[in-house]
Amino acid sequence: MASTNKEPVLVILQLTGANDYLNTVVPYTNPHYWDARPKVNIPADQVLPINDELAFRSDMEQFKAIYDKGDMAIIHGIGFANSPRSHFRAMDIWHTCEPDKIVTEGWLGKTIRELDPDGENVVTGVSFGKGLPRAMVSPGVPVTSVSDLDSFGVMSAIDEKKQKEEALNVFKRMYTPVMGSGVVADYLSNTGTNALASSEILGTVPGKYTSTVEYADDSISKSLRDVARVHTAGIGTRVFYTQHGGYDTHATQLAVHPKLLQELTRAIVDFFEDLRNHNASEEVIMLVFSEFGRRIKDNGSGTDHGSGGGAFLIGDRVEGGLYGQYPSLEFSDLANGEDMGFNIDFRGVYSTLLDQWLGLDASPIVNGTYEQISPFKKDY
Amino acid sequence: MPTRQEIALMAHLMRRAGFGEPRSALEARAIMGYEAVVEELLHPELLPAIDEELMYRILPGYEGALGPPISQADWMFRMVNTQRPLEEKIALFWHQMFATSNSKVDNPPEIGRQIAMFREYGLGSYRDLLVELAKSPAMIFWLDNHGNHDGAINENWGRELLELFSLGEGNYIEDDIKEAARAFTGWTIAPKIPRNPLGRFYWNFEYKPEDHDNREKTFLGKTGNLNGEDIMEIIVDQPASPRFLARHLYRFFVADEPDVSSWNSTPPNDPAAIEILVDAYKQSNGDIRSILRVLFNSDFFKNSLYARVKSPAELIVGTVRMAGNYEGFRPGFNNLALECAWQGQELLNPPSVEGWHTGPAWIDAGALMRRVNFASGVMGDTSHPGVKSIINRVRFQESNSPKTLVAVCLDSMGPLQVSDTTLKELLSHALKGGDLAWDTPDEIKDSEDRVGKVLALIAASRDYQFA
Repeated sequence: MASTNKEPVLVILQLTGANDYLNTVVPYTNPHYWDARPKVNIPADQVLPINDELAFRSDMEQFKAIYDKGDMAIIHGIGFANSPRSHFRAMDIWHTCEPDKIVTEGWLGKTIRELDPDGENVVTGVSFGKGLPRAMVSPGVPVTSVSDLDSFGVMSAIDEKKQKEEALNVFKRMYTPVMGSGVVADYLSNTGTNALASSEILGTVPGKYTSTVEYADDSISKSLRDVARVHTAGIGTRVFYTQHGGYDTHATQLAVHPKLLQELTRAIVDFFEDLRNHNASEEVIMLVFSEFGRRIKDNGSGTDHGSGGGAFLIGDRVEGGLYGQYPSLEFSDLANGEDMGFNIDFRGVYSTLLDQWLGLDASPIVNGTYEQISPFKKDY
Repeated sequence: MPTRQEIALMAHLMRRAGFGEPRSALEARAIMGYEAVVEELLHPELLPAIDEELMYRILPGYEGALGPPISQADWMFRMVNTQRPLEEKIALFWHQMFATSNSKVDNPPEIGRQIAMFREYGLGSYRDLLVELAKSPAMIFWLDNHGNHDGAINENWGRELLELFSLGEGNYIEDDIKEAARAFTGWTIAPKIPRNPLGRFYWNFEYKPEDHDNREKTFLGKTGNLNGEDIMEIIVDQPASPRFLARHLYRFFVADEPDVSSWNSTPPNDPAAIEILVDAYKQSNGDIRSILRVLFNSDFFKNSLYARVKSPAELIVGTVRMAGNYEGFRPGFNNLALECAWQGQELLNPPSVEGWHTGPAWIDAGALMRRVNFASGVMGDTSHPGVKSIINRVRFQESNSPKTLVAVCLDSMGPLQVSDTTLKELLSHALKGGDLAWDTPDEIKDSEDRVGKVLALIAASRDYQFA
């Protein structure tokens, strides 16, 4: 386990819609890339080489700066066997670690239960966005889902301060457990009390936070700013979930995809700068993943669903570098005759994070034993 | 005039057999008489259907080629605006029991067609419904029957048909699953039109005789060259079938029960009620309409007030029907569908083949917060027509006392019966403002706001979580 004085924190950033890894970490000297991507490519004069085989786009300078500084592990070829081309199914598998069955428990829900077995802190796991990703779901595990941190709380429709206070007081007393009111009513009382507790705890967060970092005004920047606000407030959150949507680039990819990566880059850079300014970065590791990669051949305007792809681990404690093999583009190596294969099972990367970062027994959480990587610095 | 009790009973019936009814409509129904209302509910064909042509012309997205929210919004629109509440409610019942999920099917309009099939067959013969279910392309894909071939069976459909859709665990053996799977070989999907570049297309059922296993099979003791229809005939005659279905109906329409997975070892909470439903099944040859007639007219149903936690769909649809803010063709049904998902019930995408975990399992801290914020936000908005009409009811009472304010609000949102604690807190809140006054514009505004606050607090209460 990578040691840190503070309790280790995990931030998951999901790129929803299947990110085109070929145009994110570009095999710019590979002739197969140019054959497969006559239209939807990163032109040779717009690459920012990582080495003489791979490159980022030139406008991802700041992203590359993280890599150059040694704070980013690029994990090539992450995936799993028989990756389905359905977003829903593939995402479900990433969330539950169950490729063959439909199950309801998510890997992070189980993780949160291990981190806080008695459910003492209702904000051990916090997800930003509306609704709870299945990854965070586990029966009996309190997890908080926040769509807007500034208006988060019970009775959110009431704005006026005094009226809200009154409404919350009535709410609190209405949900007070009463002897003999029945099991279900008692359960509702406890749950209402938990909901109120999480809104009270998170309600204090915006007031505690000041920052010199100016985040952009897009959804991922807002989400990561919320993560920073909650993390720096020191309320014991260990697992954060965020999502950046729009990666399903079947058409007009050349216009859409760079914009997404620019948003992503800026949000991540701002986030870590903010944490560093608060002396709150070294205990944070971020995993950036997407449900699958896109088809190797473009369709003239975009790219269709494929498989294979890559993920990124970012943080002060990360031993920067390239991990895994970039998936081969040789025809004979392709999955389904047209997709990138995978070299690292995603459950191995989860296991790495669980075992080496959070210090948990990974196998019951990911439903098996998978080969781990070693992406953390040794000198801490 | 119907008594308060008759109106309360009518409200109960409409919450269960439909998605609740605004207080103003309950009186007319109560005058019509309880049994007559049950009959009307059981015969949706007697009332106008949603005008689909008009719906699709005004809300073109609702044909649903794009993704889950559109197809979900289509269903939300119907639940809110239907004149045939039981038709939608029974479709939701079968969607829960025969849970088919977009997480794998990835074709929301096709699951939407399965829901339409539930509307059409859902109140008829159980046997016919099961046969239609076996032909549903979404179901075939969901449980892999397109991969179930003569000589190379895939048991998934056969297993879930017996375990989750008809008999329940313990009422068959592993060989029966294999034999059922053999009987359903050749029940598949016609070649699909590729999704790209134009979008999703409906799928079609196809029976391929050349891929059907024509050899002898023995299923639950019956031997012959059985085909899929024969399997369903045998299933509906098994003693376990009416019992299993009765427990599902009881759990969905009457009172919360433990999860289906425990039924093999946990007896029903009300065995006598299950027996009554089983008898109704036997006497009607598995006619759902007849079973529901017995159910809704029974004492155990009439005595089951607030014995179920509302599902998110019930909470959301019931609230907006009461507030009248989603009446007719208007934008925003997508938001209702998304809200339903965020509260834990994503329509067309149940978490697994076991359906949603219901009862108290609907509620966790996040879900409760959403439920409370949604319902109190809607009911506290004094611009909604249904809320305005409640304000008027309060205004034109003889008394302007806080007590009357609370009593009329509770009556208008049900009539809703609440616990002593809730009543005490509502009263002490209302007392702080003193009597309502309606003379000057400022007083009117203030009184309207106060009615809205009381409605919002009722919608936030524990009591409002129950159907």
